[in-house]
Amino acid sequence: MKNLIIAATFGVLISVTTFMSFTAVASGPSIQLDKANNDLSDKESLKKGFKTYINYCLGCHQLQYQRYNRTFADLGIEKADGVANYMYTGEKVGDHILNTMPEKEAAKWFGSAPPDLTLEARLRSPDWIYTYLRSFYIDKSRPFDVNNTVFKDVGMPHVLQGLQGVSTIDEHGNLSPAMGGSLTAEEYDVVVRDLTNFLEYVGEPNKLERKAMGYWVLAFLFFFFIISYFLKKEYWKDVH
Amino acid sequence: MLMKLATDFMGWIDKRLPVTDAWNKHLAQYPAPKNFNFWYFFGSLAMLVLVNQIVTGIWLTMNYEPSGAGAFASVEYIMRDVDFGWLLRYMHSTGASAFFVVVYMHMMRGLMYGSYQKPRELLWIFGMLIFLVLMAEAFMGYLLPWGNMSYWGAQVIISLFGAVPIIGDDLTLWIRGDYVISGATLNRFFALHVIAMPLVLVVLVFLHILALHEVGSNNPEGVDIKKPKGSVKPEELSKFTFHKQYSDKYDIVDAVPFHPYYSVKDIMGVAGFLFLFCWVMFFAPEGGGYFMEAPNFTPANGLKTPEHIAPVWYFGPFYTILRVVPDKLLGAVAMFGAIVMLFALPWFDRGVVKSVRYRSKLHLVNLIQFAICFVVLGALGTMPATPTANLIGVIASFGYFGFFIALWFYSKNENTKPVPERIAD
Amino acid sequence: MSNVPVNNGRRRFLTAATAVVGGAGVVGAAVPFIASWNPSARAKAAGAPVEVNIGKLQPGQLIRAEWRGKPVYVVRRSEQTVSNLAKHDDQLRDPNSEKAQQPVYATNAYRSIKPEFLVALGVCTHLGCAPTHHAGDFDQFVEGVPNGFFCPCHGSKFDMAGRVFQGVPAPLNLVVPEHSYINDDTLLIGVAQGDA
Repeated sequence: MKNLIIAATFGVLISVTTFMSFTAVASGPSIQLDKANNDLSDKESLKKGFKTYINYCLGCHQLQYQRYNRTFADLGIEKADGVANYMYTGEKVGDHILNTMPEKEAAKWFGSAPPDLTLEARLRSPDWIYTYLRSFYIDKSRPFDVNNTVFKDVGMPHVLQGLQGVSTIDEHGNLSPAMGGSLTAEEYDVVVRDLTNFLEYVGEPNKLERKAMGYWVLAFLFFFFIISYFLKKEYWKDVH
Repeated sequence: MLMKLATDFMGWIDKRLPVTDAWNKHLAQYPAPKNFNFWYFFGSLAMLVLVNQIVTGIWLTMNYEPSGAGAFASVEYIMRDVDFGWLLRYMHSTGASAFFVVVYMHMMRGLMYGSYQKPRELLWIFGMLIFLVLMAEAFMGYLLPWGNMSYWGAQVIISLFGAVPIIGDDLTLWIRGDYVISGATLNRFFALHVIAMPLVLVVLVFLHILALHEVGSNNPEGVDIKKPKGSVKPEELSKFTFHKQYSDKYDIVDAVPFHPYYSVKDIMGVAGFLFLFCWVMFFAPEGGGYFMEAPNFTPANGLKTPEHIAPVWYFGPFYTILRVVPDKLLGAVAMFGAIVMLFALPWFDRGVVKSVRYRSKLHLVNLIQFAICFVVLGALGTMPATPTANLIGVIASFGYFGFFIALWFYSKNENTKPVPERIAD
Repeated sequence: MSNVPVNNGRRRFLTAATAVVGGAGVVGAAVPFIASWNPSARAKAAGAPVEVNIGKLQPGQLIRAEWRGKPVYVVRRSEQTVSNLAKHDDQLRDPNSEKAQQPVYATNAYRSIKPEFLVALGVCTHLGCAPTHHAGDFDQFVEGVPNGFFCPCHGSKFDMAGRVFQGVPAPLNLVVPEHSYINDDTLLIGVAQGDA
């Protein structure tokens, strides 16, 4: 009995401390991030995000571990369609998604070389990307006249300014639109959500496959546990 | 016909190698106490995880590239380009954390039921050596993905050796093989991680089991199942046959042969464990950022420190002890001291009653406070250092060391309960 | 060996069930390990189909392309050479290409899609050396046959359809890889006719 009490105490303690430390880490950064609420199974959203990526991001940010043909296959893009609409520089479909920006020069232009974004969603979280791309504001002291509330003194210009427009910041740190872009605020959020969705996909292309497989494995193991439980019970009749 | 062929074949083998005898001695006729509880699953589970780590590890080396330039990319190659490479990698990374969960539970079992006490001191020492090698193995393995947390984690731990008086700086330089952590460090860690440490680990596990089977398993009651020869009435002897090596020397009571009774029970344990393991592996392989830390998704960069360097969770308790001591050398001493204390546990405990069930209230309280302190130290190790965290860390560190000191004092003349002669049904 | 007092039917059934289900689990767990030995996406990308420009190839000329790390010989055969192919059938091991050394669409008298162009792996079917192309002086090896391939390693001989002659170590005709034409000037090696 006593060891049961210890086991219980131990268990409760572990769960409480784990929970505490999880929340402590989760609330670590002081910036409140907006929920991206993206959906990895939404292929249309992923395709739009891919397109936005090719048009606005790839010029500076590579996806050096991700291949075109893998992306086409996972997103349900026909090869011919993919070559015509997503590949502009004459690579082969089996190639990684690269650009031709020279790293050393880029470091001079932006202060540091634009990072590869293959794993950005795993490094910073989809919510971070979603919030970051919606948090640029005018700051004339910066080289590109913009700053960001999520990433202070960021070296990157507001590439999507044509779509979003640009905001100003007040003394409380709140952003308000100063000049509109070609999209409404809601439309812009959708564009960014699709892009975030795509980046989460690229971070771990087999995420959906992994989970789908997981259900089968767990179902199998549950079944195996039941059988082995009855087997154990049957044998232990000899002892008890 | 076929049966006769099989019997003849085994006979031929047994004349040359004692296979059947070893099978009987260690499994089919090995006397195991009949009252093993939940806590006794973790020994076989540790074995399972060890096999998992070795097999998935071998498969990972087939595509991993141990070089500063290629390591990070080769891990992503495994995750994306190799068929099921992602699964092999997650099995290995989740397995690393699972190994420590299992081993910590296994150690806690030893503490609760006095499995380290005479005559199992050497068995305990082998276990502690396994724990030590496992920590080295895990630490070196963590550098291999060559992410930024790999890099800075290794930087911090290797710097610890700089605390050694006089030779400290030369020592760290020698371990790294470079002025910073570099491809040279990565390559030697790779060699040790995939060859040297696993070999040592396997040998130690073998010795651990050999030593266990020599002295026999303890149990939750802490009651010996081996009685002096001739002291037990024939009708009270166990109804099972045990190997001569055991039954010639002792009268064996309240025992069952390990196989099939504990093999079927452990299979059930394995199924339950794998269910939880696969749950984590398939649905949360990053373990909420504890099994795989976010900064490790960017390549090692000697010029860019992650905001908050934390060791992997399983080093947490010892890392916190290191951190709360405001002196580099003394901190390192305290950290290694925490492990030395565990090694010396059989001699800190001067009591004769093994199981916490029959020991004093004081011992129960001491054990619980130790477990709490260990978990708190572990949690603190993964959090940023703040003054509050530091204060809690100091208190928990006192709790950790206090366990051993207090034990030494009260165990000599402890107010224990009478231990039964036999294991009750 | 049995150290168990009872062994009833229920027990035997449960033991068998656990063994079968557990065995299935082990087999399932082995799948990722076995599958991971297949060519990876990188290997597949490197082994992707190769385009060859044949617009400027002169009759009698050979060019080498590389596909999946192996040399591929592309030869433009003259009309004379094509019509000569049938004349030495009696000296060949497999004149009618009965062994599956070529895709179905190249199983014909000239072992290709277009009679003009031979596409074959430059890998001798004996031990993998690269046969050399002899244009005009092949009759030193086989009397009356002006053009062919001669393997310098062990002396195997092939005609201008990659068919092996009798009395040499090589057992089979040269392999004709999957290939197709994107247009009159462009050959695609590695993709079957109709699959592109």
